[in-house]
Amino acid sequence: MKETPKKEDVEYWRWQEYHRVFSEKKWKNKDIITAGVDVGSVGSKATIMIDGEVYSWGVMRTGSNSPDSAKKVLDWAMEGTGLRLDDFKYIVGTGYGRVNVPMANKAITEIACHAKGANYIWGPSVRTVLDVGGQDIKAIHCDETGRVTSFLMNDKCAAGTGRGMEVFADLLKIPIEKIGEVSLKVEEEPPPVSCTCVAFAKTEAMGLLRKGWSKEKVLAAYTHAMAIRMGNLIKRVGLEREFVITGGQSKNIGIVTRIEKQLGVKCLPMPDWQENGLDPMIAGAIGAALFGKALYEKAQKS
Amino acid sequence: MITAGIDLGTQSVKAVILKDGEVISRGKAFSGFDPAKAAEQAVGEALKRAMLSLSDVNHITATGSGMDMAPNSNSTISMMGADAKAGVYLFPHARTIIDVGAEEARAVKCDDNGIMVDFIVNERCAAGAGAFIEAMARALEVKLEDMGPLSLKAERASPINATCVIFGESDVVTLIHRQESKPEIARAIFDAMADRVSSMVHRLGVNPDVVLVGGVAKDVGFVASLKRKLGVDVLIPEYPEYAGALGAALVAVKRVKKV
Repeated sequence: MKETPKKEDVEYWRWQEYHRVFSEKKWKNKDIITAGVDVGSVGSKATIMIDGEVYSWGVMRTGSNSPDSAKKVLDWAMEGTGLRLDDFKYIVGTGYGRVNVPMANKAITEIACHAKGANYIWGPSVRTVLDVGGQDIKAIHCDETGRVTSFLMNDKCAAGTGRGMEVFADLLKIPIEKIGEVSLKVEEEPPPVSCTCVAFAKTEAMGLLRKGWSKEKVLAAYTHAMAIRMGNLIKRVGLEREFVITGGQSKNIGIVTRIEKQLGVKCLPMPDWQENGLDPMIAGAIGAALFGKALYEKAQKS
Repeated sequence: MITAGIDLGTQSVKAVILKDGEVISRGKAFSGFDPAKAAEQAVGEALKRAMLSLSDVNHITATGSGMDMAPNSNSTISMMGADAKAGVYLFPHARTIIDVGAEEARAVKCDDNGIMVDFIVNERCAAGAGAFIEAMARALEVKLEDMGPLSLKAERASPINATCVIFGESDVVTLIHRQESKPEIARAIFDAMADRVSSMVHRLGVNPDVVLVGGVAKDVGFVASLKRKLGVDVLIPEYPEYAGALGAALVAVKRVKKV
């Protein structure tokens, strides 16, 4: 039983699901084909790598069932590649639902995977990674090989997370992929909302709207508060350059600009992922697939 | 001697009138957009019931998050101070007073004179306050006042790990999809919230007697969960939501005597 959504209830929070295959690359049976499946609380990501190079990936929303989501997103990354499940030499599961990835040979924490993935996307100069996920935010330090040296996380609170942003997208009726841009359309930066808790911030925002604030201004005030929260997490772990942002909110220009302003440094520029296919949202899945390759090679040697 | 206490909470304003230190009437109004007006209404209602007028009142003390907006008040007292005062007045052996309101939860440790010695507050997070139950009731499509009685029908606990209202809503949806029964989901919600409140109280130290006040104390579901989590009996006065106003009115008595 599937209801067709009425025109007026547009789901502003819903982001686009992507799928990408580098068809110029060809895989052979002897290649080390690995996959990383990152089942997050909000988004599921799968990346397939050939000999440690990204070959295809898929990004979709996590359903209420983790094993299902893992299977669906990997199927999607495999679509149009001719690959079958038994072609994979190693599959690593990561993310919030990592223990529920049925086809995985091993589960690895998303903290290790994001650091590894950031190292792959931006190169060995990366030292601080801010991963803004659907349900938590993490500030991670790593060395030149992408190995984690320390980290801090804020969990079990929606403030500053992607989910919190979705709540605001819905409240203000602005599509989630536009909220960054829209939040920058203010002449002067308003003071941040005083409530950290998303539930209270929502009430506060409604009060501001009633007071006659524009949507843009309210969004700017909320984004400002969330950027401060993320910036503080980085300050607590210590900012070491170079600095990058991964996860869905790395695409929120409103957040990125404000964190840069707060910390007084620029992030390494986001790769033109539509061009080269390295979406910062799949950093964790890339890291997982790379760990898969290393684990497979280790097993071959012994 | 007539004194009054006004508690300007985030959701409602409560007023208590004392005659020579004994409660003679109460009044209540929704805070809405104008807490000052609500305070006037609540005090007006209480005075009317006591057949008194504002000029008969010797001293008014205000408390609550909006205490600075109280009209006609002579002094203020912190919410923690008011809780301690009221707790010990209602139950002389009270040493720990837990106050769970619409948007805030706090616990106060006090001595036998009702003087606060320590406190702990959960603010700026809706998960440990009444707002959590409201949001979850909406997600579950159950009336707020039915949540407590419903949760008592649960045969077992099915834990949710929500400690955030936003994530809690999706957790509830997951449980509905899994076809858990409504009583079990309601109980899971109260357990999650009581977990948060009790861990806060544990940080302060659980010194009996423990008293629970604030609007949420009227919710039988929350009370049952909190008792289970704290492992001690929890005393609840007849009008728990008026505790803050009562404490303020008691403070007013002392302040009249000093003058």
